[in-house]
Amino acid sequence: MGRERETQNPQQQQVSFTVEQLVAVNPYNPDILPDLENYVNEQISSQKYSLDANLCLLRLYQFEPERMSTQIVARILVKALMAMPAPDFSLCLFLIPERVQMEEKFKTLMVLSHYLETGRFRQFWDEAAKSRNIVEAVPGFEQAIQSYAIHLLSLTYQKVPRSVLAEAINIEGLSLDKFLEQQMTNCGWKIEQGHGKGQFIVLPSNEFNHPQLKKNTADGIPLEHITRIFPILG
Amino acid sequence: MLSQQPLYVEAQTSKNPTDLLCPSLNPNLSSHTRLAQLTLPICPLLLCSTMATGYDYDDATAVNYDDQGGPQRQDLGYDPNFVPDSVKSFVVHLYRHIREKNVYEIHQMYETSFQTLSERLFKETPWPSVDAVAHYVDNDHVFCLLYREMWFRHLYARLSPTLKQRIDSWDNYCSLFQVVLHGVVNMQLPNQWLWDMVDEFVYQFQSFCQYRAKMKNKTEQEIALLRQHDQAWNVYGVLNFLQALVEKSMIIQILEHEKQGLEQFTATDGYDYNGGSNVLKVLGYFSMVGLLRVHCLLGDYHTGLKCLLPIDISQQGVYTSVIGSHITTIYHYGFANLMLRRYVDAIREFNKILLYIYKTKQYHQKSPQYEQILKKNEQMYALLAICLSLCPQVKLVEETVNSQLREKYGEKMIRMQRYDDEAFAIYDELFSYACPKFITPSAPSFEEPLINYNQDAYRLQLKLFLYEVKQQQLLSGVRTFLKVYSTISLAKLANYMEVDEPTLRTILMTYKHKTHAVDSEGKIISNADVDFYIDDDMIHVIESKPLKRYGDYFLRQIVKLEGVINDMDRIKLE
Repeated sequence: MGRERETQNPQQQQVSFTVEQLVAVNPYNPDILPDLENYVNEQISSQKYSLDANLCLLRLYQFEPERMSTQIVARILVKALMAMPAPDFSLCLFLIPERVQMEEKFKTLMVLSHYLETGRFRQFWDEAAKSRNIVEAVPGFEQAIQSYAIHLLSLTYQKVPRSVLAEAINIEGLSLDKFLEQQMTNCGWKIEQGHGKGQFIVLPSNEFNHPQLKKNTADGIPLEHITRIFPILG
Repeated sequence: MLSQQPLYVEAQTSKNPTDLLCPSLNPNLSSHTRLAQLTLPICPLLLCSTMATGYDYDDATAVNYDDQGGPQRQDLGYDPNFVPDSVKSFVVHLYRHIREKNVYEIHQMYETSFQTLSERLFKETPWPSVDAVAHYVDNDHVFCLLYREMWFRHLYARLSPTLKQRIDSWDNYCSLFQVVLHGVVNMQLPNQWLWDMVDEFVYQFQSFCQYRAKMKNKTEQEIALLRQHDQAWNVYGVLNFLQALVEKSMIIQILEHEKQGLEQFTATDGYDYNGGSNVLKVLGYFSMVGLLRVHCLLGDYHTGLKCLLPIDISQQGVYTSVIGSHITTIYHYGFANLMLRRYVDAIREFNKILLYIYKTKQYHQKSPQYEQILKKNEQMYALLAICLSLCPQVKLVEETVNSQLREKYGEKMIRMQRYDDEAFAIYDELFSYACPKFITPSAPSFEEPLINYNQDAYRLQLKLFLYEVKQQQLLSGVRTFLKVYSTISLAKLANYMEVDEPTLRTILMTYKHKTHAVDSEGKIISNADVDFYIDDDMIHVIESKPLKRYGDYFLRQIVKLEGVINDMDRIKLE
């Protein structure tokens, strides 16, 4: 049935396979389903992430819906939320049957995703607080969302009001002071006193909030193109 | 003289391949004689002579035949064992050309004669059965598999296949691919044909899934047959065949070697001029496109694009050597990128191919794929309209394409900017018209009350797409204001947009998020036509400047200059 796997990719001749390699060699093999399910749990406990492995598992569920574990699917979706700004959450939803998405826990996750997609962090943190059972089971969840929020703020602002930052990362008061101190030493943040309107945080410059930093990618010419004129230059 | 090599050498089993085909030629004599009375106006010699001129059959003869034989033939019905002389001649010559590796003639017969004969003799009936023609081609196992592949393709295109025929076609693909994968095939086939095999394989899989999902009016017999043949068109089987072709052909390594100048593939259009066979290599190559398509049908856009990665679509390649493959590749590439929110990538490639189709359409008018080309052309305009409505990077679109687009969708695109219910209805309409025929790959449950589920996959993709559109609904408003200001305060813009300041901040962040895609390497790529940053409470607008590519320009000019200098050197001054 064309399922034979006698030849493996030459790059992957190690004796023991990581799950990622397993996926690369057997992308359409139902036998690796249990390995992939275990790997979802491992990703959660040891704070790793593999979109390819998770999509592969969702694909196997799609082919054999009777083997689907909605608990595992929910975990995959939480991990996908943590991968923002990448579109992983939608990529997963595309593979999950609609009737499954109707379940309550998935509805909550979709609402959370919606808030993140539309930059509504206050609503996001309120909603997340109501569904602790889903998100607290995943270590690193808060930090992952915070770094997405900071990513989005850095695309948008050169200087962001302290209150806006506080709302986006859901840290206030003394904890925020401590957080800012860390960011100042590690990531080059600065604090500026605004004119009577409280503090501003100066975010590090990047090509998106400082357009002059944008490198002109068109300037580079790939070597392959240069090789065409080697005979002439020689 | 013909070489007496078979078309392939069995590598794994010692079983004589021709044993698999014992043609039970037991023609019904009476019907045979009756049919023989319809003196067919084509004799083998004529077939030979027209072959040289590209099979340009005389229209008058065709009409003549219809007048004489049309009504009578209908009375007689289809006799799978009757082989008209023209078909006999067709298979004999095709077989000979295949054995002689005459790619040009094979291509002529495959593209032109097969269509002409189908049009004339088999408009509403299948071709003669393989058993009836086998003895004209030495019962050659591989040739018979190829013949059946065409036989089924013709059946799918002109008639509606029964479940039994769908299953038989699957079995034929299994045999054919097994031979290619495990034997040493001694053939050189035109790229067009090899592409059609992969394309048809995926199409028949899609068609089977659609058919199976319509459970409501299945007869008991059909259900029994479906249960019995649960491996037929099984999604694992389909994917693993394509994957096996990719791996076994070593095509990824070949393309990699080619980049380092160690091997030729693209330069020879995949053909092997050293006496080898191109079949496995090129099938493997096209299977990457096949995988992209299957994954798009399943809604797995990320994996689909990953399968295509070995092919550099910014360059010409074997995929552009066949128009059908070129269009399928770009259509699915563009669609997947649209779903991944990488609008600029989608726009760029749609623009290129639509321009290409616009310029070359006329050459394909006689091609059997012409209708399909036009349909995909229209669908890609619809997808381009969607992309440009979500991401108005009109500068990326060439003038001809743009004017075609305005003609077809100009008015709709204006309404799509409004983001009211009517706008959503248009997004819905265009998406539904232009999307792939999504499939549910799993087998139905035969127990419950039988329900149709053939729309499920499509409805899910549509719903998620419209969800995305909804999330972007306020962005076109922001864009309009940003376009007319170089700086504007948050308070003023909030006032214009009739929202409070915190809401405006979320809208601006949404704008940033939705216009900055993550590429396949995880890098942030800006898709914004108008960008901005906020400093304090002022919004500073950045106009994106069109990038000029000087490098390529200079490279071209250097090559040109070198040519001119060479020409001048050759001129001797008296």
